Amino acid sequence: MTDILAIPIPALMVNGSFYAMLSLGLAVIFGMLNIINFAHGALYMMGAFLAWMALEYLGIGYWPSLILVPLAVGLFGVVIERTMLRWLYKLDHLYGLLLTFGLALVIEGLFTNGYGVSGQPYSIPDDLSGGFNLGFMFLPHYRGWVIFASLAVCFATWFGIEKTRLGATLRAATENPQLTQAFGINVPLLVMLTYGFGAALAGFAGVLAAPVIQVSPLMGSHLIITVFAVVVIGGMGSILGSIITGLGLGVIEGLTNLLYPAASATVVFFIMVIVLMVKPAGLFGKEP
Amino acid sequence: MSRKLFAYLLLLAIGLVAPFFVYPVLVMKVLCFALFACAFNLLLGYTGLLSFGHAAFFGTAAYVAAYAIKAWGFSPVLGLLAGAGASALLGWAFGSLAIRRQGIYFAMVTLALAQLMYFIFLQAPFTGGEDGLQGVPRGTLFGLIDLSRDLNLYYFVLAIFVSAFWLIHRTIHSPFGQILKAIRENEPRAISLGYDVAKYKLLVFVLSAALAGLAGATKVLVFKFATLTDAHWHSSGEVVLMTLIGGMGTVFGPLVGAGVVVSLENELADKVGSLVSVIMGAIFVICVLAFRRGIVGEISALYRRVLGQK
Repeated sequence: MTDILAIPIPALMVNGSFYAMLSLGLAVIFGMLNIINFAHGALYMMGAFLAWMALEYLGIGYWPSLILVPLAVGLFGVVIERTMLRWLYKLDHLYGLLLTFGLALVIEGLFTNGYGVSGQPYSIPDDLSGGFNLGFMFLPHYRGWVIFASLAVCFATWFGIEKTRLGATLRAATENPQLTQAFGINVPLLVMLTYGFGAALAGFAGVLAAPVIQVSPLMGSHLIITVFAVVVIGGMGSILGSIITGLGLGVIEGLTNLLYPAASATVVFFIMVIVLMVKPAGLFGKEP
Repeated sequence: MSRKLFAYLLLLAIGLVAPFFVYPVLVMKVLCFALFACAFNLLLGYTGLLSFGHAAFFGTAAYVAAYAIKAWGFSPVLGLLAGAGASALLGWAFGSLAIRRQGIYFAMVTLALAQLMYFIFLQAPFTGGEDGLQGVPRGTLFGLIDLSRDLNLYYFVLAIFVSAFWLIHRTIHSPFGQILKAIRENEPRAISLGYDVAKYKLLVFVLSAALAGLAGATKVLVFKFATLTDAHWHSSGEVVLMTLIGGMGTVFGPLVGAGVVVSLENELADKVGSLVSVIMGAIFVICVLAFRRGIVGEISALYRRVLGQK
């Protein structure tokens, strides 16, 4: 038991921080657009790939990529929203899911066609190559940075939505679009920017992930299904709820990987089954 | 009414002569996926439930049937029944979990459960991992008809499809089917009329899972193997696409959709390679944006307009 207790929680939080960022993005998009963004995994993959391509073809390093790539992915999201998603708002939710599923296939297929399914290596930036010796464990700098950066982004998003004036407008538009528009607020613009922001968040997560895992066209699709389970467990009603659920499940998955590796791919789904049996609305959900 | 009967007989006639004009294995593949899509349409088209995890039932039945036939020496019919039965059981388990949530969450729950099954099949000792179960014998039907001959197997598969199609048709047009449509149109109203909606949803989910399973098990007889592809989420997406292209909520839609998708994949596979999934995705997007009624839905809408709002 002693070595289990000695395993530092931070080392297990890396996966959790990706889950948190992606489920946060899904929740923000769903709140505003009423669409479940199946393409979220593909956008995450795109983020990682663009970072790799920027380094490979343009010589743009990690730090500029961390800013530029999310902007590019966000812009791509804006284009998708303007040209496709906006036609679906009046229809049943399921059409949004189907459309973004199709988009995910297209994006993934294009990258697979160009680069094959094998991974491309992306090295850790020099500034972050070492590690901390915490006495009882070794925490690579980069992993510490991933956790720090994602927590900071999650917190900033939460703060922006819950505590600022823009966030209040956003929540008003989510609650009652017609009335908000009647106050002279440009709701379609807000919707567009929300989708762009969600896409940028996925792209940011992708750049962060690039040095930790192999950059491959298929990296998003597996992750997105796990994130769906995370979202089912947490419910999409609360911003803070999706962050906490994401982090917590990442830690549980990491622990399972140490104790019983065979179950690490499935443990999140089993937890989902248990949550559905005990509290069908999800841990932070209000309605089923 | 007689016009409808004529259409059915015409289709049956096409089905009977098809193997003399087209490669029988290809037609059998179309029939298997058409059955899969028809079973799926029962949920999406007639009850309004989007299951994004139907590959789980297709794949489970394929593995169970393949294992039962290969390892335990089951006859083909028993193998099919074992596969469909296993899928029905799994459908009962998944269904009773998934109907606890509504709308978009239902889709996510089914997708996640299907992914769980995928990992189980990937790791379980009896599924052969990445290779799957290969070399499943086709056997003989009732000890009399040799199914290793493509033509014999073709008529067996056609018989399975026709009887399953008839069952689905009967279900849709029964009082039970009417209640399903009521749930699709307005669930709170169906509840307030006193229907136990959860029970109806679960029943139709189990029926759909069992028939999807029958399709998966039949596919094993045709191709003699069961692999992870059957249980992958791509297969779940494919069956959604077939139903969407053909027209959800129409009787013939899934059949047409399966024909289009399978023959497209067959045509494109060696020409464009990995771009197939790009094309499929693009078709998805176009269907959702511009073509939501699907082929059959559009044709019957046109037909109605020509006849003047009948």
